[in-house]
Amino acid sequence: MADTENKKEKSPVVLFVAEEKEPLFSKKNRKLLTDPLNDDNPITVQVLGICSALAITVQLKPSIVMAIAVLVVVAASNVIVSLLRNLIPNRIRIIVQLVVVAALVILVNEVLKAYAYDVSKELSVFVGLIITNCIVMGRLEAFALGNGPWKSFLDGIGNAAGYGMILIIVAFFRELLGSGKLFGFEVLGHKGVTIAESTGLYALGYQNNGLMLLSPAALLVVGIIIWVQRSRNRKLIEKH
Amino acid sequence: MNRDSNAYTFIFATIMVVVVASALAFAATSLQPKQAANIKIEKMQNILSTIGVTATKEDAEETYKKYITEEVALNSKGEVVTDVDPFKVDLAKELKKDEEKQRFPLYIADVEGKKYYVIPLRGAGLWDAIWGYISLEDDVNTVKGAVFDHKGETPGLGGEITQAWFQQRFQNEKIYDESGNFVGITVQKGYSGGDNKDDNAVDAISGATITGNGVTAMIHNRLEYYLPYLKEQNTKVALK
Amino acid sequence: MEYVNLFVKSIFVENMIFAYFLGMCSYLAVSKTVKTAVGLGAAVIFVLAITVPINFLLDNYLLKPGALSWLGPEYAELDLSFLSFIMFIAVIASMVQLVEMIVERFAPALYGALGIFLPLIAVNCAILGGSLFMQQKDFGGVSEAAVYGLGSGVGWFLAILAISAVREKITYSNVPAPLRGLGITFIITGLMALGFMSFMGIKL
Repeated sequence: MADTENKKEKSPVVLFVAEEKEPLFSKKNRKLLTDPLNDDNPITVQVLGICSALAITVQLKPSIVMAIAVLVVVAASNVIVSLLRNLIPNRIRIIVQLVVVAALVILVNEVLKAYAYDVSKELSVFVGLIITNCIVMGRLEAFALGNGPWKSFLDGIGNAAGYGMILIIVAFFRELLGSGKLFGFEVLGHKGVTIAESTGLYALGYQNNGLMLLSPAALLVVGIIIWVQRSRNRKLIEKH
Repeated sequence: MNRDSNAYTFIFATIMVVVVASALAFAATSLQPKQAANIKIEKMQNILSTIGVTATKEDAEETYKKYITEEVALNSKGEVVTDVDPFKVDLAKELKKDEEKQRFPLYIADVEGKKYYVIPLRGAGLWDAIWGYISLEDDVNTVKGAVFDHKGETPGLGGEITQAWFQQRFQNEKIYDESGNFVGITVQKGYSGGDNKDDNAVDAISGATITGNGVTAMIHNRLEYYLPYLKEQNTKVALK
Repeated sequence: MEYVNLFVKSIFVENMIFAYFLGMCSYLAVSKTVKTAVGLGAAVIFVLAITVPINFLLDNYLLKPGALSWLGPEYAELDLSFLSFIMFIAVIASMVQLVEMIVERFAPALYGALGIFLPLIAVNCAILGGSLFMQQKDFGGVSEAAVYGLGSGVGWFLAILAISAVREKITYSNVPAPLRGLGITFIITGLMALGFMSFMGIKL
């Protein structure tokens, strides 16, 4: 599975930088942050964490909130598990990780309900599903259990950012093409009932693509993103 | 201490459960009032918006007190009952009870001398529940305004019932036909009536037939229970 | 009839994969051959059908506001619903362990087939998703929850079976190199999801 491949890839780094003498933003640490954005993107390369997210990418706003929520959960759980890594009993390792993650997700959910009520309604069950977002568990298993808190923090931020980036790209295209809006603003002009009442592109007879609003569009857009990424970065191409 | 021993595992699990549970309980109880207030304010804003009053989150409570003069609860025969607090009636729960045990809340507003009746609605859309409020003028026939919301309708299609342009179509529509029979308001596919406000029908959202039918049914089914009470209140127009 | 309706709806209309994208990680990772896909699919059906009703009981008699009223009127006001995520995931993780042990003890052949997939399932979004949707749908009784859990599992099984069959065949096709593997799987899933949308609004 992608998880284990990743572990193999990362393990030399782990051995190499066990000492914490290097500067905070050494080259290797920066790599932790930037790799997931492209070569090691959690969604398009590691195949992690697609589950809970794509259903909410119809509009930009909930996607950004989702990306931030995942960022907070991944970074915080990575740090916590990394701090506890020498204390956690082996046999209940998975359960301990799940409890840490679930507790953080509950906190995020409660805070959203109190301070961003509208968005929390839109995200509904998908906030809860961050618990089983494979990115979170994947990073805990593959990285936080074997690395110090600062590195784990960077790794968490990097991976969550790579994930959020895909989410936001997908949402950008779906909202723009599907409803002609960005963040709810009509960037392509106003669509009236008839062409005469419309402005902007709609006055030329442009129509929104309703397909983009339906859930399958998310999969198609991700497929195309992968296509573009792998055309540019040919070492990521799979044999079959 | 041996990290794999039973005692250590057990102690670790116990400490973890206690710490996590108390942290969560603390967070939940301290955020709970704010969450409850959000829900209450949203309800007030919805009720107010059907009678053409917009309220911000800050002044919703005050504005509500100013305009809503009376809250009553009816039983299924349309008689006023006083065994519940009308504002606290949760339609989702009511609908599961037997008809005789259900309570029907009604909010009576007074805006600059004009009386309006606000009726909460709830029904089923395509995927899940839809709900909203509709307000009638004091002839208990003309619609002053309506708001709708939904749990999981298709974004961009059925989900558009939350949009102002759809809700505005209901303004000034009649719920009785010309001969005085109760018919409700039909959300009609391929509607050709234009601005005709006397045909008991509004234009549907294209691609959202089932959600539209849900709205039609919801308005018809819910209003029916209020007719006896409303007829009593109305002395101006003869209605069957 | 209501149960049949709910069952069909949870398989086709609200398909875990095609409507909500739940359980995509394992769906993509384990769908290279039909044989493993069937194993994982069966394990998902099994676990969903068990955990959804258990979590329903937990939610209704322990967590919901007013759920504790069976303990006495003084507990009626208690609202523990903020604990629901953690309870659900704990139940799922422990049920998976339990099922694994029982299957190993009493059905070694089945364990041989399912065994390696069971631990994977605790973090399968579809399983937690099933419980969270169950909570949101507010079912009337435990039997409805059980039917919903079973139906969602069967829907997931169908989806992974279908995609793995397509993927076995597609190895013989000339797919553009950058699309091979993951990319084309996403696009095929999208097209299949479009097909599944025609079930929308079906009521029996």
